[in-house]
Amino acid sequence: MDNYIDIKVRVWRQAGPKAEGHFETYELKHIFQGASFLEMIDILNEQLISEHKDPIAFDHDCREGICGMCSMYVNGHPHGPDSAITTCQLHMRKFKDGETITIEPWRSRAFPVIKDLMVDREAYDKIMQAGGFVSVNTGGVPDANAIPIPKAHADEAMDAASCIGCGACAAACKNGSAMLFVSAKVSQLALLPQGKVEAAARAKAMVAKMDELGFGNCTNTGACAAECPKQVSLANIARLNREFLCAKLKD
Amino acid sequence: MATKKATAQVITPEMAKIPAGPLEKKWTNYKDHQKLVNPANKRRLDVIVVGTGLAGASAAASLAEMGFNVLNFCIQDSPRRAHSIAAQGGINAAKNYQNDGDSVYRLFYDTIKGGDYRAREANVYRLAEVSNSIIDQCVAQGVPFAREYGGLLDNRSFGGAQVSRTFYAKGQTGQQLLLGAYSALSRQIGKGKVKMYNRHEMLDVVMIKDENGENRARGIIARNLVTGRIERYFGHAVVVATGGYGNAFFLSTNAMASNGSAAMQMYRHGAYFANPCYAQIHPTCIPKHGDFQSKLTLMSESLRNDGRIWVPKKLEDAQRLQRGEIKGKDIPEEDRDYYLERRYPAFGNLVPRDVASRAAKERCDKGYGVNNTGLAVFLDFSDAIQRLGKDVVEQKYGNLFQMYEKIVDENPYEEPMMIFPAIHYTMGGIWVDYELQTSVKGLFCIGEANFSDHGANRLGASALMQGLADGYFVLPYTIQNYLSDQIGVPRMSTDLPEFAEAEKGITEKIEKLMAIQGKRSVDSIHKELGLVMWDFVGMGRTAESLKTAVEKIDAIKKEFWSNVYIPGEANSLNNELEKALRLADFIEIGRLMAVDALNREESCGGHFREEYQTPEGEAMRQDDKFSYVACWKYTGEDSEPELIKEPLDYEFTERKTRNYKS
Amino acid sequence: MWLKDSSIGRKLVMSISGLGLVFFLLFHGCMNLALVFSEEAYNWICSVLGANWYALVATLGLGALVLIHFLYAIYLTIQNRMARGKDRYAVTAKREGVEWESENMLVLGFVVIGFIVLHLANFWFKMQFTEIMHMCGAEDFAVATFGTVYAPTDGAGMVKALFTTPIWGQVYCVLYLVWLTALWFHLRHGVWSALHTMGFNNLVWMKRVKVISAVVATLVAGLFAIVVLYYLGYGIGMLCV
Repeated sequence: MDNYIDIKVRVWRQAGPKAEGHFETYELKHIFQGASFLEMIDILNEQLISEHKDPIAFDHDCREGICGMCSMYVNGHPHGPDSAITTCQLHMRKFKDGETITIEPWRSRAFPVIKDLMVDREAYDKIMQAGGFVSVNTGGVPDANAIPIPKAHADEAMDAASCIGCGACAAACKNGSAMLFVSAKVSQLALLPQGKVEAAARAKAMVAKMDELGFGNCTNTGACAAECPKQVSLANIARLNREFLCAKLKD
Repeated sequence: MATKKATAQVITPEMAKIPAGPLEKKWTNYKDHQKLVNPANKRRLDVIVVGTGLAGASAAASLAEMGFNVLNFCIQDSPRRAHSIAAQGGINAAKNYQNDGDSVYRLFYDTIKGGDYRAREANVYRLAEVSNSIIDQCVAQGVPFAREYGGLLDNRSFGGAQVSRTFYAKGQTGQQLLLGAYSALSRQIGKGKVKMYNRHEMLDVVMIKDENGENRARGIIARNLVTGRIERYFGHAVVVATGGYGNAFFLSTNAMASNGSAAMQMYRHGAYFANPCYAQIHPTCIPKHGDFQSKLTLMSESLRNDGRIWVPKKLEDAQRLQRGEIKGKDIPEEDRDYYLERRYPAFGNLVPRDVASRAAKERCDKGYGVNNTGLAVFLDFSDAIQRLGKDVVEQKYGNLFQMYEKIVDENPYEEPMMIFPAIHYTMGGIWVDYELQTSVKGLFCIGEANFSDHGANRLGASALMQGLADGYFVLPYTIQNYLSDQIGVPRMSTDLPEFAEAEKGITEKIEKLMAIQGKRSVDSIHKELGLVMWDFVGMGRTAESLKTAVEKIDAIKKEFWSNVYIPGEANSLNNELEKALRLADFIEIGRLMAVDALNREESCGGHFREEYQTPEGEAMRQDDKFSYVACWKYTGEDSEPELIKEPLDYEFTERKTRNYKS
Repeated sequence: MWLKDSSIGRKLVMSISGLGLVFFLLFHGCMNLALVFSEEAYNWICSVLGANWYALVATLGLGALVLIHFLYAIYLTIQNRMARGKDRYAVTAKREGVEWESENMLVLGFVVIGFIVLHLANFWFKMQFTEIMHMCGAEDFAVATFGTVYAPTDGAGMVKALFTTPIWGQVYCVLYLVWLTALWFHLRHGVWSALHTMGFNNLVWMKRVKVISAVVATLVAGLFAIVVLYYLGYGIGMLCV
C-alpha cells in the first residue's frame, strides 16, 4: 500500500557544460509513494522556485516511457532501481522512508552535460544519420504485402526496434559503449528483407560513426541489456558483430 | 470596411480550393493540374518545417528527397522524441487485406460519420485514398508491423468501425511509424538536405509583404533552448506541424512540452483558428491519483478489442468499492453492468471515443465510479484471458499491462484495470484549405495542428494516418503549387527590418515576463487553468459553464501577467521561461475554446452541450444552424475574435444521426 | 586497418588471440594429465617439445598471441576509460544478470599474467629456455628447484619437486589454485564474449553459449587443477608420513 515518505535527494548540479559540478542535497517531506519519480522532482522544483532558487534542469517529455527523453542515473542505475522502465515510470514506492536518493546525469564522453541532469545525446542522432535507415524515397514502393516476412523475423525485428534511444545503454556500460543502441537498429533492418539490401553498408557506416564519436569498445558485460528500459536483447550485439565482420571480410 | 467584412465572413469551397469533380476524382484531378517546381529550382527554395512528429518529420524528409532545402526544428533533444511516438494502438488504412468488405469509401464514410459530420468531405476522402500508400511506404522503410504466420500483415479492429483495418506494431505503433519517418529524415540530414535544429522553439512567424503588398510567411523566430539566444531563420514557405493544444487542460495524455504556441503565433498573424472547442476525451486512461500529478497515461484503445467495460449494477457495491472494502473481482457476474454493451449492442465496447467517454462520465456522475475518487470504471480482461489464454493476451497487450502495473501497482491480469476519460487530442486547429495552406500565404499547417480531417471527433488509429498522409503524400504536392510562384524570390537576409521587428516583439515579451517576479510558479497557474478547463469546458458543457469559464480564464490571465515568478535568466537555459511562454498561449487557447464552445449551440462529437441531448443522453446535432467550420480570426490582444464560417455541405454523403446501437 | 581502427575489429583480435590461448591451455592441460599416470610419458612429451624447431616456432607464436592479447587489452581499456568521460559515477550498483568477471577482465588478466610469469620462472625457464641456452653455447646454464638441478627434459621431476617439497610445495599448490580460479573466471566470460564478438550467438543460443563457455573454463582450469591437487595430496601425504 502506498504511503507518504520523507526523503533526501542528492542531486548533481552543474551550471553548464564547462562548469564544475557538485552534489547538492535537498530534503523533501510527505512525498506520496504513488507519485512518479519525475513528479517528485517537480515537487522539489516547486520547492526550489518558492525559495527563489534555480530549479533542477532535467530532460523529460512524454512521461509514459516511450519518448526516451528522461535520463537520470538514480542510485547507481540508469532509470533507477526498477527493471524495464524509464525514469518517468519509476515510482516513489520503490523508495523507503528516510532514504537518501542520489541522482546523477548520464556520464559518458559522448553525452556531455548541458546543465544539471540534462545531457546532449546528439551522438545517437548522428549514428542514425550515418546509416540507420532504408534508402527509399517517398512514393513508388511496392505493395505492403508484396514480400511476406516470417512472423518470427518480424517479431524479432520489432523487439529490436523498440529501442527508445534514451542512452541508458551507454550510460550503464563501464566502457561507455553504444553497441546495444547501434545493434538494435542494425538488427531490426537486417532481419527484414527491406533492410537486408543495405545491411552490410549500414553496419559498417554506423559502427564507423559510433567509433568516431568516442564511444567505448563493447566487452559484452551485458550491463546495457540489464538496464535497458525496453529490454533490448544482447543477442542483437552478436548480430551486429556478425553483420559487420561479414561485411568487412567480403571487402 | 463593413462590406469587406461581410464578404469575408463565409468561406466558399473555391476559397478552400476544393477541386471540382466527383469525390473520388478530386485528388487525382488536383495532382494532374497542379503546378510543379522543376528540380533546378527546388534547390533554390528553402522550406521551414517546425515539428518532427509524424507530419513534420515525414514532410521534412519528403521535401528534402524532392530536392528542396529544408530547415527542420524541434523542441526536444532529438527529432525522434516528438509525441507521435506515444501513439500505441495503430494506423488505419483501407487495404481490405482481411477481406471484410473494407474500401476507400468505407474508410472515408466511417471517418466522416465518426467525426459527426463536421469534417470536409474532400479532405477526408483524400485521406482515405492515400491511407494505403502510407502502409506501403512504412513497410518499405522497415517498420516492423505485426504479421500473421503466413508472413502477411495483421490487422485489428478499432472504435467506430466494423472492419479490421488497423495495422499495428505491438502497442508501439506510433513509435515505429515515427522512427520510420525519423529514419527517412535522418537520411536527409546525413545528406545535408535537411538542416536540423534540435532544442529550438519557434516563437513567431515572420511576415514580409510581397510586391502586391500581400503578407507572406517568410521565416520564423526561434529560441535556442540551450543558450536562450533568439535566432532568425528564413524560408520561402513555413510549414507548421506542432501538434495539438490539449495541454491547455494541464492534465492530458500529451507530452509535457506539447503546446499550442505555434498555432497562436499563426493565429495572431491572421491564420484562422478553426473549431477550437473540438477536443477529444479518450475513454481509457489511467485515473488521476493526486494533486501532484503531471500527466495522464493513456491505455490504448486497442484494449477495447478484448476488454469489457463495466461498473457495478448496485449502488451499494460501488460505494463499497469506493471505500476500498471490496475489489472488482469480488462482484459477481450478474451484478455487473456492462453499460456500453447494454446501450450500444451493435458496437458494444468499440463505440467511438466520445461516446465511450460520455457513457463513463454518466455512470460516475450517477455514483457508480469504482475507485476512491469515484472517477473510474473497470476495463476487465478476465473474459479474454479465459477465452484466449493469458499468453495470447500478454502477447497482444503485454507492454500496456506492464505499464499499467508500474503506475498503479496492481496486476491487471488478476484485477480489472481502472480507467477514466482524459483529454487526448484536439480535432480543432489552424484552418487550412485543401492545399493545407492557412489563410496566410506561404504558411502551411499539417497534422494535429490543423483542423482538417476529423470533424468533431477523431476515430482511433486515424491520427497517425492523417499525420503521415499530410506529411508524405499531401503537403509535398500541394506546397509546390505555392512554391512554383516563388522561384523568382531570392533567399532573403534575416537582417531585414521585418525579422528585426519580430525578434524585438519576442524579446519584449520575454522581458515583460521576466520582470513580473511575482509569487506564483508557472505550473501552479497552469494547474488552475487546467481545472477550469476540465470543470467548465470539459466533457459536459453548458452555456452557463462556458460563460463562467471565460470569466475565470480572464482572471487567470490577469493573475499570470501580474503574479508569475520565473527564476533565472532569459538568455540561458530556462525551463520555467519556456513553460511560461507556452502557458501564456494556453490561456488564450483555453479562452478561445470556451468562446467557440459557447457559440456552438449543439452537441457533436467531442463537443457535448448538455442542453442539446436526446432523452437517452445522446448528442444532438443542430445541422440547420451549425453545419459549418467555425473559424476564428484574431482582431487584437483585448478584443473578441471574429467568427468566419465555412459551411459544410454534404454532397456525397447523407447526414444521419450517429447510431452505434444497431 | 579495420582490425586496429574499428571497435569490432579490435575486439575480433582480442577474441581470436584469446581463443588461440584457450586452445593452447587445453593442449597444455591434457599434456599435464600424463603426469598423474606416468612420469616417463610426461618426460617423453617434454623431450618432444624441447628446443625443436617446431616447438620454438609454436612458442614464438604463443608469445605473440599473449603479447597481442595483452597489448590490445591495455589499448581497449584506455579507450574505454576515456569513453566514460572525466566525471565518474558517485554511486554504482550491482546489476542483475551482469557477472562480476565480465566487468573485471583486466584485473583477472593481470592476475593470470602475473602467475604466468611465475610459472615460466618455475618451469619454462628451466626447460625450453635452458635448452636454448645450451644450444647457444652456455653449457653450464642451469637453474635449481629448491636446491636441486633437474635435467631440462625431466619435467616430471621439477613438477614433483615444486609441488611436494614440504611447506613450500603446499604454498605453491595453493598459489596455483588461486591462479586457476582467476583463470576460470577469466575464461568463463572470455570464451562466451569471444564467441559473441565473432557473431556466434542469437536469442536461442544466448544461454547455451554461456554454458559452453563455463564448460570450457571448467575443463581448462580443471585439467590443471587435477595435477595440482594430485601433488597437493601427495605432498600432504608425505608430510604425514
